[in-house]
Amino acid sequence: MRAHRAINLWLGAALVLPMIAIAAISLIWTPYDVTLLDVGNKFAPPSPSHWLGTDQLGRDVASLLMSASVNSLTVAFVAVGMGGSLGVMLGLLASAFGGWVETLVMRLADLGFAFPALLFAIMLATAFGPSLSNAILAIAFINIPVFARVARGAANQVWTRDFVLAGQAAGLGRARLTFDHILPNIAAPIIVQATIEFAVAILAEAALSYLGLGAQPPLPSWGRMLSEAQTLMYLAPELAIYPGLCIIIAVLGFGLLGDGLRDVTDPRLKQVRA
Amino acid sequence: MIEANDITVRFGTAEALRGINLTLSPGQRLGIVGESGSGKSMLGLSLMGMLPDAAGMSGQIRIDGTDMTGAKIASWRAIRARKVAMIFQEPLAALNPLRRVGNTVMEPLRQHLGHSKDAARARVLQLFEETGIQDPVAKFRQFPHELSGGQRQRVLISLALACNPKVLIADEPTTALDAHVALRITDLLVRLAEERGMALVFISHDLAAVARTAQDIAVMYGGEIVERGPVHAVLSSPHHPYTQGLLLARPALGAGHLRERLPVIPGTVPAMRDLAVGCRFSGRCAVELPHCATERPASRPVGAHHDAACHRIGAAT
Ligand SMILES: Nc1ncnc2c1ncn2[C@@H]1O[C@H](COP(=O)(O)OP(=O)(O)OP(=O)(O)O)[C@@H](O)[C@H]1O
Ligand code: SF4
Ligand SMILES: [Mg+2]
Repeated sequence: MRAHRAINLWLGAALVLPMIAIAAISLIWTPYDVTLLDVGNKFAPPSPSHWLGTDQLGRDVASLLMSASVNSLTVAFVAVGMGGSLGVMLGLLASAFGGWVETLVMRLADLGFAFPALLFAIMLATAFGPSLSNAILAIAFINIPVFARVARGAANQVWTRDFVLAGQAAGLGRARLTFDHILPNIAAPIIVQATIEFAVAILAEAALSYLGLGAQPPLPSWGRMLSEAQTLMYLAPELAIYPGLCIIIAVLGFGLLGDGLRDVTDPRLKQVRA
Repeated sequence: MIEANDITVRFGTAEALRGINLTLSPGQRLGIVGESGSGKSMLGLSLMGMLPDAAGMSGQIRIDGTDMTGAKIASWRAIRARKVAMIFQEPLAALNPLRRVGNTVMEPLRQHLGHSKDAARARVLQLFEETGIQDPVAKFRQFPHELSGGQRQRVLISLALACNPKVLIADEPTTALDAHVALRITDLLVRLAEERGMALVFISHDLAAVARTAQDIAVMYGGEIVERGPVHAVLSSPHHPYTQGLLLARPALGAGHLRERLPVIPGTVPAMRDLAVGCRFSGRCAVELPHCATERPASRPVGAHHDAACHRIGAAT
């Protein structure tokens, strides 16, 4: 039981940590400059000088993938961070006040859930032109209702606990109770959710960039590499396979990590173990 | 200090408290005993304005001269900690597991008294000292799970006393503790009440603990106070059949039974909604009269400051 649960965690970490490390390295060093075109050497096969070969413009594929990972992680981090904080604040608000405030926030969250991110991104792109920041806004937007729900559910449980009662008895108001007592005690489910949403965000960014609604050239992005490679599928299928694999590894990694974290922090499971 | 009149608390149609009258003078120590579900906690919470949302309350409450009848949450918050404070049964559950206990106790000082960080800290250390916490400086930085049960309860008492309340409500403060630790905590509460001239409401299952702690005792059954008076009077000459049952069924006081539970009286406490409209004890009472189930007995004096609510009292026997 325990080993099984830990497997998700370790597998996730094994996929995610090297990826983060590679992204960090690419900030200071990549084998080649990703903007360097070398048309004379296009479609080069893997070799000691180009580990994964070169693309249709002679750029080093390994360097492109490395730089694109920074893009994916940053987008996911910023989008989940923004949408998550807003969602958590709304959830805490709903939980602290209850009554019609809670009903209103949760109805809005239902509405947000029903609204596809892709549609939102297309709307933003139509209105303001396609850009990476619009893609980030769209992904942040879908995160708001997710986190509002998780935060409100967890907070409602904490509000019933004795130490909140003791805080109330000491005359503390809702705001103080929320920040000092509720928030720290819902951190675990929030972090778990954030990890899972990270995976979703990476996939969403790839999809939006694939459709041309996200990262714009020359910024390297797995999604755009995939769409560019599509037209060359018969000529150089590996150019589609590499970014595809990267997306799979990232999404799977964060998904497993999130599941693993949930498994080890879930108090219901913890009780069984104790 | 506290004057409560005709307090009734309802959950839907069920009455968790019915017509409670209570007065408490400065420095007075009142013990409240009763079986599980008799409404002891509800009474304590109603004096804090902390009843669950589902509860409806009627009746008048004055606290230290302020009329709290129908008061809004903001007015209650203003008197909590400064006039009435409360401690709870489970000290571990009543402390935030993720906060250093010193910070928890500092909160009301910063919030209500506007203490600076340093002043609040100094005051917390002083409170820790006053409540008998050894090595306050080290304890300040510890988390609840690092302390013993008795120390945790002392921390909670420090928290409750931080803003010098006039009344402290202690809801079964020793139930979760070992016998000898419980004894030290009750003695501490008595000492603090005496030193500070603070009134104490001591809620307990444990008659011996109440006898040791309180001057007066109120016996609750089915959401009512059925008998009350000075501890020795009530224990030596109980007038209400329920109190008599409690005392008869228990071994002699002080015979080493520091932590005994209230003894079992034949039958079980009926569910709140099934209680008789008349005397709450009818149905379980051995000396029941025909009209007991339908007519509510009034509280009558049976001795000096000692009264009980039973149709047998004052009636021709
Ligand atoms: N939220 C609620 N809804 C309905 N009934 C409730 C609710 N909370 C408490 N009650 C009822 O109120 C009554 C009084 O409960 P209370 O907690 O005051 O009893 P108590 O004397 O403190 O018991 P214990 O010794 O177990 O702490 C009980 O019968 C209980 O079922
Ligand atoms: S009023 Fe009647 S039922 Fe109630 S305690 Fe007295 S004799 Fe018993
Ligand atoms: Mg209780």
